Amino acid sequence: MNEACVVTVALAGAMAAVFGAALPVSSRVGAAVALTWVSCAAALVTAVSVLHSGHVVALSTSALLPFTGVTMVLNPLGALFVIAISVVALASTLYWLGYASHGLATRSASSALPLFVTSMLLVPFAASVATFLVLWEVMALTSLVLVLTDQSRREAARSAAQWYAVMTHAGAAAILLALVLLSAHSGGQTFADIEAHARHLSGAMRGTIFVAALLGFGSKAGAVPLHVWLPKAHVEAPGPASALMSGAMVNLGIYGIVLVGNELLGGGPDWWWLLVSALGVVSALYGALYAATSSDLKRLLAYSTADNMGLVLIALGASGIFAASGHRTVAAVAMVAALLLMVNHSVFKGALFLAAGAVQIATGTRDLDRLGGLMRRMPVTGAVFLAGALAVSAVPPFNGFVGEWLLLQGLLHGLPTSNTSVVISVTVAVAAVALTGGLTIAAFVKATGIGFLGRPRCDETAEAHEVAITMRLGAGALGALCLVLGLVPMLVLPAIERAAASAGRVGATSSASGWVSLHLLGLRGVLAPSLLAAGLAVAALAMIVIRRLAHRRRSVWPAVNPVEPWGSGRRVQTARMQYTATSFAEPLQRVFDDVVRPSRDLNVSHLVESRYYIERIAYRTTNDDVIERQFYRPFIAGVRWWGQRARWFQNGSVHRYLAYGFVALVIVLVVVT
Amino acid sequence: MNDLAHVLTQVAVALVQVGAIVVGGPLLLGLMRKVRCRLEGRAGAPIHQPLSDLRKLFAKQRLRPKESSWVFGAGPVVLVATTVVVAAVSPLATTRPPLGQSSDFFAVIFVLLLGSLMLALSALDTGTAFGGMGASRSMTIGALCEPALLVAILAMAISARTSNLPALVRVGLDHPALIASPARILALASFLVVILAESGRLPVDNPSTHLELTMIHEAMVLEYSGPDLGLIILGESMRLMFLLGLLMNLLVPLGVAERPGVLAFSVGLVALGAKVAAAGVTIAVFEVFTAKMRLFRLPELLAGGFVLALLGAVTAVVAR
Repeated sequence: MNEACVVTVALAGAMAAVFGAALPVSSRVGAAVALTWVSCAAALVTAVSVLHSGHVVALSTSALLPFTGVTMVLNPLGALFVIAISVVALASTLYWLGYASHGLATRSASSALPLFVTSMLLVPFAASVATFLVLWEVMALTSLVLVLTDQSRREAARSAAQWYAVMTHAGAAAILLALVLLSAHSGGQTFADIEAHARHLSGAMRGTIFVAALLGFGSKAGAVPLHVWLPKAHVEAPGPASALMSGAMVNLGIYGIVLVGNELLGGGPDWWWLLVSALGVVSALYGALYAATSSDLKRLLAYSTADNMGLVLIALGASGIFAASGHRTVAAVAMVAALLLMVNHSVFKGALFLAAGAVQIATGTRDLDRLGGLMRRMPVTGAVFLAGALAVSAVPPFNGFVGEWLLLQGLLHGLPTSNTSVVISVTVAVAAVALTGGLTIAAFVKATGIGFLGRPRCDETAEAHEVAITMRLGAGALGALCLVLGLVPMLVLPAIERAAASAGRVGATSSASGWVSLHLLGLRGVLAPSLLAAGLAVAALAMIVIRRLAHRRRSVWPAVNPVEPWGSGRRVQTARMQYTATSFAEPLQRVFDDVVRPSRDLNVSHLVESRYYIERIAYRTTNDDVIERQFYRPFIAGVRWWGQRARWFQNGSVHRYLAYGFVALVIVLVVVT
Repeated sequence: MNDLAHVLTQVAVALVQVGAIVVGGPLLLGLMRKVRCRLEGRAGAPIHQPLSDLRKLFAKQRLRPKESSWVFGAGPVVLVATTVVVAAVSPLATTRPPLGQSSDFFAVIFVLLLGSLMLALSALDTGTAFGGMGASRSMTIGALCEPALLVAILAMAISARTSNLPALVRVGLDHPALIASPARILALASFLVVILAESGRLPVDNPSTHLELTMIHEAMVLEYSGPDLGLIILGESMRLMFLLGLLMNLLVPLGVAERPGVLAFSVGLVALGAKVAAAGVTIAVFEVFTAKMRLFRLPELLAGGFVLALLGAVTAVVAR
């Protein structure tokens, strides 16, 4: 039954891709989405049954890939990722139905999207090096096609796609190195073989493999400094594709790290995990800081993805550190926190990107400095964005809060059990989590407040209308899920605990008792998110009633009179007098000036008649990524320079090429003999 | 029957604690103003003046800026509701508050954050420069407060092995030596800095300013009037009282009721009032002699608070 489901996932995905490419424009999106849903549903059924029964699903055939065959095994850890991916995919493809009608129902996009979803669904199934790498590559290539979909922003999309292609392939090379090293030393290429032999490797080799895998998978997860593609590709991809990339694809980077670190290598010394945590701290702080200072809606969301993946990495690293020192209970809490943070991120970041895509469709811009007042014009999209923003800010009663609380509990309870160096780093991690949280709140107050509240800052925004019903439904489903998972995290916690247990090396798990409160097993920590939410609801209702009843007039429901806001005595207030995203972020930017290093350009032109009168002032500030500017651009320039130099060797003369061949042959012969 | 009685007691405890904060918050505000006025050589309004102000405000008509959305009205409600919830479940007068088991320090902070966040959003909803200015500044300060705050909690929680609030207060009662431990004192000092910053007191923000350019909190609520303004003033004063009460209970847990019973609980309430009043008077006296810091000097103050908390955490681990 489950094997049939796996085949259905692949077949339905492939058929969806074919239909998306072959059918006429009127029916291609519908057919592709319907078949993608079949694929997602089959994957969901398989994953849920694996998590429920605890039995793995295994399937292998030698017919598909020459020499190696295809090996598929789904364990509970992979099943959790499959569930997260399919939930985001179901919502995003529903959304795509409405989104594609805005001139984006191209053949390439309609066939790449189903393939992208299917390959992501199948990556956690892969249980051999060849299967894994093929699926990984399909996932990278189809998402690359999606980044290039929007032809109205051709230049930007092309540049983003270039960065993405290079970074994803550099990452894939590192992954390839790690997996090939593993299989070379174990004599087989299935993960089972590797797992059996990996224990006998030398420490140095295991370390090398882990670092290579961390670099490769870390770049997919958007870990700073390997994140440069993320704020470009996620931004230029069309709405549903960016939701999938940010809500589902980056998860697989985390999956890869757990796969290699915990499953294939079976855990390691604490310096591995300190490295993971350090990567997480840097990503979280850097991502949050850039999210807080970005004024492009989707760029802000993309940096926030780097920030959230940083939190996941911190939790993952902490789990590894505690496990390495033998504290399994705390390690389990941290691992559950990592996976919960990741699942939550999938849900809320999916909702946020879908809402941002709707804003882009409705107003034609992503620039926060041109938005405003959308909460009244697009109430559903606005509410979804607000729900996502509250979730990512980790405030109750939304889902981000539970994950962050578990992470803090894990770090807190792990502290007294560790040695001094770990204590310092865990304390720093807590501080980083806190600062990240504060910056994230600032970033999302800015995104929601500037983008959706206040007055519209340009005419297109003033005339914006709510988007198609399918788009609202797709985004709304994820938005509602943010609230549901915040109220009843017990819906997913048992699954996450199973997955964490199967990720291995962690002992007893934390436990959710009943539907109300969350107890940490063996530790003193209890959280009752639904009671908290109920209290908030009751108190808020009471306040609303008091506000109404305290009124002296006899009318029960007195009208709230709209008035002109106070303008310091001015008669006319325009929307341009409001704070913008740039001015909102200015204090933070100034505080973190040394890190962000924005480039400012101030042009004052004086009147010709008198220098004392100013004709116009132009102020331009850009905060492009400092890591990109300081490391990647010089590196690219260096490669270019070297490329120019190397042209001297390649002047087109056949004689010279024959000479090269001869010399090379001689060298090879000398070396070999 | 026993269960029902238990639930009713819990509800009663919650209501009394909330009531104490609702009445006590504005009174605390009045007391602090009175002390300031007296020290500055003025007579000052009576201590209950903020309560009378609230009565007046709640009787007024509601207004909203022309282009605002539902968020504008929701901000004040959420602000008060969050404070009510944390006041109900925290160990203010007794170490056995309702749902005490799940009254977690981190959770309390995140609930309070929800209130500040919604208030900042409703400030941006006014569509004016002042709202944006206040929201931007308060979010900046809030972001910089976070590390000090969470690490301070961590420092206190390490020695108690839990971040459960009633347990943290009980630890102080059971082991008085712990109160004077460097870890706890450092952490509480850092907590105090955060309280001053978060509740907009000097030297971070001047609560009685009328100069727009220096405003933080007042700029955010400039568009509010009538019952909404009443809710905000109530919420902010409740928040100040709650945070000071928590600080004092962690610093000097004396008088907090450990056993169930009306008498012990009343003693706890009186002790809470006395401790908060003492803290409020101290802050007011301090404010008379302090000038407001420049906005961009604040990171130094908050970084100082963070360093204190970090030292506290490290000391706590070393001394365990």
